[in-house]
Amino acid sequence: MLEYILKRFGQSFLVLFIMSILVFVGVNLVGDPVEMLINPEADQAEVERVIRELGLDKPVSEQYWYFLTNALKGDLGSSFIYNEPALKLILQRMPATLELALFSLFISLIIAIPLGIYAGYKPNSKVSKTIMAGSILGFSMPTFWVGIIFIMFFAVYLGWLPSTGRGEIGSFLGIESSLFTLNGLSHVFLPALNLALFKISSVIRLTRAGTREIILQDYITFARAKGLSEKRIVLVHILKNILIPIVTVIGLEFGSLIAFSTVTETVFAWPGMGKLIIDSIYNLDRPVIVAYLMIIVTFFVFLNLAVDILYTFLDPRVRLKGMNQ
Amino acid sequence: MSSRDQNFKNFWRDFSVNKIAVFALFIFLSILFVAIFAPLVSPTDPYDLNSVSIMNSRMPPMSEDFAGNLYVLGTDGAGRDMLSAIFYGLRVSLGVGVLSGVFALIIGSIFGISAAFFRGKYETIIMRIVDIQLSFPSILVALIILAAFGKGVEKTIIALILVQWAYYARTARASALVEINKEYIDSARCLAFSNTRIMFKHILPNCLAPLIVVGTLQTAHAISLEATLSFLGLGLPITEPSLGLLIGNGFEYMYSGDFWISIFPGIALLITVASINLVGDHLRDMFNPRLQ
Repeated sequence: MLEYILKRFGQSFLVLFIMSILVFVGVNLVGDPVEMLINPEADQAEVERVIRELGLDKPVSEQYWYFLTNALKGDLGSSFIYNEPALKLILQRMPATLELALFSLFISLIIAIPLGIYAGYKPNSKVSKTIMAGSILGFSMPTFWVGIIFIMFFAVYLGWLPSTGRGEIGSFLGIESSLFTLNGLSHVFLPALNLALFKISSVIRLTRAGTREIILQDYITFARAKGLSEKRIVLVHILKNILIPIVTVIGLEFGSLIAFSTVTETVFAWPGMGKLIIDSIYNLDRPVIVAYLMIIVTFFVFLNLAVDILYTFLDPRVRLKGMNQ
Repeated sequence: MSSRDQNFKNFWRDFSVNKIAVFALFIFLSILFVAIFAPLVSPTDPYDLNSVSIMNSRMPPMSEDFAGNLYVLGTDGAGRDMLSAIFYGLRVSLGVGVLSGVFALIIGSIFGISAAFFRGKYETIIMRIVDIQLSFPSILVALIILAAFGKGVEKTIIALILVQWAYYARTARASALVEINKEYIDSARCLAFSNTRIMFKHILPNCLAPLIVVGTLQTAHAISLEATLSFLGLGLPITEPSLGLLIGNGFEYMYSGDFWISIFPGIALLITVASINLVGDHLRDMFNPRLQ
């Protein structure tokens, strides 16, 4: 068991190491950031001074070693554009992204779980078929396009909700978030709904599949034989059992919400880290690109590690398989 | 030949049970036709500078210019006919999506089938890479590649191949593992056929059904992902205007109420992706033995 966990840990660090080489070398091969930073009328001496200052005159391998040793100390380099540590820039924008992702996870769950259970409980009814057809449509809709339509309809045409920015920030229990003010909520609603759309479809499918399986189990037949009301069977017996697979998937889904928020943040000008990375790619702000990619890869690697280890505790079959390997 | 005809007849009999899937297939084939013959079916050539006039920019749908040309879906900011731009855009989007899908299918099947065939350390390493890659969301994988190596047609296609190959590899390995234990593989081994011949002449054809299902759903996903990346300005360059770029062009006119510039390309994208998904979904149900 311990051996398995250690092995998975080692593997995670190997993945991180390979990713760091790939990202660092790749980013440092693309474009010429000096050209974008410097006044075009600057003379050769000035250009060379800037190149030296940024450390771009050294070979990539030396730059990488420098980056790696500093990264292990928690310094991911400084932004070319903002002249601030890249890590600080990203951490500043992280709360905005997290609050967007959390709120959209909440929206997708309260919409998708009831619809999914219904579709699994009565798979042949007209409503269920409509729900499933709708989920294919939701799967097929390009997120950014739906975002544009949301803005056009709710913000420009109806004028109900604001279309850009984060709004007022309130404080509750020491946590600062725009979820705590009405103005903030009105700002977060459209982007969060937009981001949730894709997840709604996948959670509906997951819940439906789970419900259809559970409904055939003996304990449901037994509950019916005992004379329990259908309402109680659905709300207690089905819902409880369906939550186990859903909760495990949600951990991973939350990560993908953060990854997909780059798109939504760009459409809604949401000041989170997703918008920061897209802007940095445009500006060839290498340290920020590398820092963002490394942070998000680290986040995913450890999220997966946590889920895998949790599984070994929850499901003995995984534990045994891991031991045999 | 006749048994192949019979196979096709059986396939069609099963497929045509679902009327929605048949309709979706019809829509998809029409889109494919329009995309392939875009220069012939488009009212104008949207990228011929002589026929495009800035005087005609941002005209609403169903309006006419001074020369009496009708713009059914209006014009964009540069005065291009939206309908023609969408036809040409479908061509780019479908081309990139299908091309990357085919390459990913080939690469994924080679790795998946060989992993199942040779087993051992080789299989462990390949499947670990597949697992690790599938634990990242597709957009993140594409973002890493495009942020690290820059944008462009080839890079977008490479990014889409890298996003998809792991799905094919996993599917190919799973079905190859089932096939390998069957008797015809034993007899092929007894005849001392080469490993390559057994893998690709005997195992591969029998793994095609699940691969085709994954292929349709993945191609739909690739088209949608390419549109997203191009919209973000990370995918295709403006010289290859896919549907995603067309929608992005309309994005700047969003607040002025010129809805048609980004809505119509989006509808075209939605119909394309949804029709492929509907066909793929039905194919999956058809090939799923548990539902039969």
